[in-house]
Amino acid sequence: MPLLFATPRGDLTILGKLRQVNWGLILLIAVVSSIGFAMLYSAAGGRWDPWASRQMYRFGVGFVLLLVVAVVDLRVWYRFAYALYFVALVLLVAVEVAGRIGMGAQRWLDVGFLQLQPSELMKISLVLVLARWFHGLTLEDVGRPLSLVWPTVLVLAPAVLVAKQPDLGSALLLLLMSAIVYFVAGVRLWKFAAIAATAGAVIPLAWNHLRDYQKQRVLTFLNPENDPLGSGYHIIQSKIALGSGGMWGKGFMQGTQSHLQFLPEKQTDFIFTMLSEEWGFVGGLTLIGLYVLILLYGAAISLRARSQFGRLVAVGIVSSFYIYAFINIAMVMGMLPVVGEPLPLVSYGGTAMMTLLIGFGMLINVYVHRDLQIGRHGQTPEA
Amino acid sequence: MQRENQRAKLFSRRVALLTGGQLGLLGALVARMYYLQVIESERYKVLAEENRISLRLLPPPRGRILDRFGELLAVNQLNYRVVVIPEQTGSVSETLDVLSNILQIGDGDRRRITRDIVRKRRFLPVTVRENLTWDEVSSISVNAPDLPGVMIDVGSSRFYPQGPEVSHIVGYVAPPAESDLTGDPLLELPDFRIGRNGVERAYDLALRGRAGNSQVEVNALGRPIRELARNEGEPGNEMVLTLDLHLQRFAMSRLADQESGAAVLIDIRNGEILALASTPSYDANDFSKGISGPQWRELTTNPLTPLANKAIAGQFAPGSTFKIAVTLAALESGLVGPDLRVRCPGVYALGDARFHCWEKHGHGSLDMIEGISRSCDVYFYEVARRVGIDRIAQMAKRLGLGQTLGIDLPGERAGLIPTREWKLATTGVSWQQGETLVAGIGQGFITATPLQLAVMTARVASGGLAVVPHLARDKASGQRLGPRQEPDFPSIGLSASSLAILTRGMRGVVNDPRGTAFKARIRDPSMAMAGKSGTSQVRRISAEERRTGVRKGNQVPWRDRDHALFVAFAPLESPRYACAVVIEHGIGGSAVAAPIVRDILLEAQRREQEHPEPLQRVAST
Repeated sequence: MPLLFATPRGDLTILGKLRQVNWGLILLIAVVSSIGFAMLYSAAGGRWDPWASRQMYRFGVGFVLLLVVAVVDLRVWYRFAYALYFVALVLLVAVEVAGRIGMGAQRWLDVGFLQLQPSELMKISLVLVLARWFHGLTLEDVGRPLSLVWPTVLVLAPAVLVAKQPDLGSALLLLLMSAIVYFVAGVRLWKFAAIAATAGAVIPLAWNHLRDYQKQRVLTFLNPENDPLGSGYHIIQSKIALGSGGMWGKGFMQGTQSHLQFLPEKQTDFIFTMLSEEWGFVGGLTLIGLYVLILLYGAAISLRARSQFGRLVAVGIVSSFYIYAFINIAMVMGMLPVVGEPLPLVSYGGTAMMTLLIGFGMLINVYVHRDLQIGRHGQTPEA
Repeated sequence: MQRENQRAKLFSRRVALLTGGQLGLLGALVARMYYLQVIESERYKVLAEENRISLRLLPPPRGRILDRFGELLAVNQLNYRVVVIPEQTGSVSETLDVLSNILQIGDGDRRRITRDIVRKRRFLPVTVRENLTWDEVSSISVNAPDLPGVMIDVGSSRFYPQGPEVSHIVGYVAPPAESDLTGDPLLELPDFRIGRNGVERAYDLALRGRAGNSQVEVNALGRPIRELARNEGEPGNEMVLTLDLHLQRFAMSRLADQESGAAVLIDIRNGEILALASTPSYDANDFSKGISGPQWRELTTNPLTPLANKAIAGQFAPGSTFKIAVTLAALESGLVGPDLRVRCPGVYALGDARFHCWEKHGHGSLDMIEGISRSCDVYFYEVARRVGIDRIAQMAKRLGLGQTLGIDLPGERAGLIPTREWKLATTGVSWQQGETLVAGIGQGFITATPLQLAVMTARVASGGLAVVPHLARDKASGQRLGPRQEPDFPSIGLSASSLAILTRGMRGVVNDPRGTAFKARIRDPSMAMAGKSGTSQVRRISAEERRTGVRKGNQVPWRDRDHALFVAFAPLESPRYACAVVIEHGIGGSAVAAPIVRDILLEAQRREQEHPEPLQRVAST
């Protein structure tokens, strides 16, 4: 066990590490999650069942996981990055195969006591492998196009598998998150321009591979009036609910649109709408403000870390959190198609909550091991 | 170390850029939120609180169904009904209480309404009562202020002006069942009906059309204030059938004397169904109005099965009409020539078993043509024994038996043509030669539908073309009639000489004084027919009964009486019509079924002179 909990100075015990844990960030996470519990309580018409109580239980379990992930030595994560990644990839292939046998969309594997969603595991392990890859490159290396081939394969393989499930939201998240890691690792901007141009050329091709309901969502986004009783109904109703909340909102548990069932899936995808209807612009702004604080915390942790691996992990984790939040809020306000991404820490849903808390565990881990140096090939440099 | 610092510097710069960009995008979200919640808030408050936009689907009128001359078979009628929109009603049960002062609302209705409310989206209207009288409509309108969310709706309901005479063909519509709901909101509209049977079901999608919609601004009481936008749908397609209502009615009335039966009249040249009768029948209007429990029980428990379309779903032993297939199998195989003579003593012995001819005293010596026209069983025992079951089965299948013919109606049955292989596979016992003999006279395992018998006759009369029946004048699209192509049926490969011999035999059946159905002949030579009678046993006759004398016809209980069958085509020169009639437990093919076939064929030919051309194009209304 010496490796697991070793530090550069080798003098931090588990307790010592726990003292290093960034409790301010944890407080923020707890506040945002509590807002979620309150909204779920309201969504159920003033009852803890069926959502709020279960969500709190999951938060409790996830919180323990968070602490465990945070105190494991950062080099362990470095060392096992590829192993985790390939396990996630194999599981993704497994769901693909199982899904084909079971007919229809399949996103999770049933492993007895829990439903394992490999795309969630992939979100974290992809950050780890990308961080490890760029950790090993000098700036000159990053400038060589050939050095980008391998990480691009690492990104595209799971992205394609997840998109085929079909879970476009998660695939998009993997791609955006990877692009951000590339960016902060120092990949030249013109390369992004080149990729954007390629993507522009590929979109018409990709369009033909979308399922009908996915095409419908994009078309409805472009013109909601097109289908006023189908998918467009959700966006129209969401805007009405949100807009009618006004500056101060209708009050806790007073949202007419949400409670009269005008609003679809108010406990998951459209929970931000419900929050804004009940607590108004001020409430929505408060939540966004809390998100901004978390984002800044993450940026600060990444800047403070002394290993490139730690920095990239921090940016990757906090960025995927950001992307979740941005896509969800933009979606309920009719600025993006309805892709079905949850609002992080607030929407009802166990797997997303777990992934986020484990992710934050990684972030805090980077903070705890902020002074740890890792050599370009993983060795501990002699100080 | 230098390199490491460079990398860290670039990283810091980019993280700063990234975070700035992320905050900027969040700023855009906040701006949008500010726009929706503060600047536009009043508008959305109005939409949410008082003036909810109500999006209403405009159901497309269902396409009408017409016969070949444009006679109406299915139309739409105005129907006033009262609906309640749950989202606009304070309390549904209170509203129903007020309503019940004006209308009768039973407990059963209440349960259905509550169930519908749970099942549907809250902005969709739920029907309280249909078919309101004018008095009820006006008293609801007067009390409108006390009835938030209650509205009078004018819808359309399906009406079948011809009643039971075409019910089996046209079918009926019914409200969609839970399993039919596909998420299409059109299906959740209160008066939406889907085709449940007959043409209504076979061409449901074409008849349905495409829904339009209208965006209506309504106040909190559910009263429409103004229409914001309207998008007209497309009415359903009009369906023109090949059916001739006059001939259909004629066939139904000729069958009416019998308890249960079916008749099929088909145009040999193109496979058009002119009449497809099945008795007893039911009134499709009972279904579109909503059938009552006792009525439904009556229909489903009646031993005469009025709901079944026996013309396509009744499977009967074809009896001697099957000798058509046996004759062709024999001649085409070359194993038996037309000159084969057989002496009929009234009984045929095979090993220890004895097979009887319907003519107890025997026919004497016969050739093939006489064998057909006098329908000698012994003659065909001999032929069948020589040809074998597999060749007979093969021929029967070429003639359209033992398979569904793909008529555009739901519920068509395939009948059964047995082979050695089939029997071994289904019963595990190998084929016995005695069974070949029995098959030679259309008994035993063999069954066929009246439609198949008519098609078999049409295939013979057309000189061996694979005639396929259909009901819609334009089957391909199921649409409004355009210029139509006559189907070009492929040949089933029968030689002219075999057909000539068979036809001579069938001609003798009605035109030779010794033929089995001479009494039913058509005297006008230009309209004369050729046919084949059949009487198929429903149960075995024991040796005991044969000794003591078989009980005849009316002495036997109805359910044990023989089926009476007759198939024929006319006119003899250049045949145009093929007809098959089956009378369940009608006793005698030549005595009971043949006169009906004769009358239908005569009526069709007379009608052809009066109305030479069927409708070519339907005037749209």
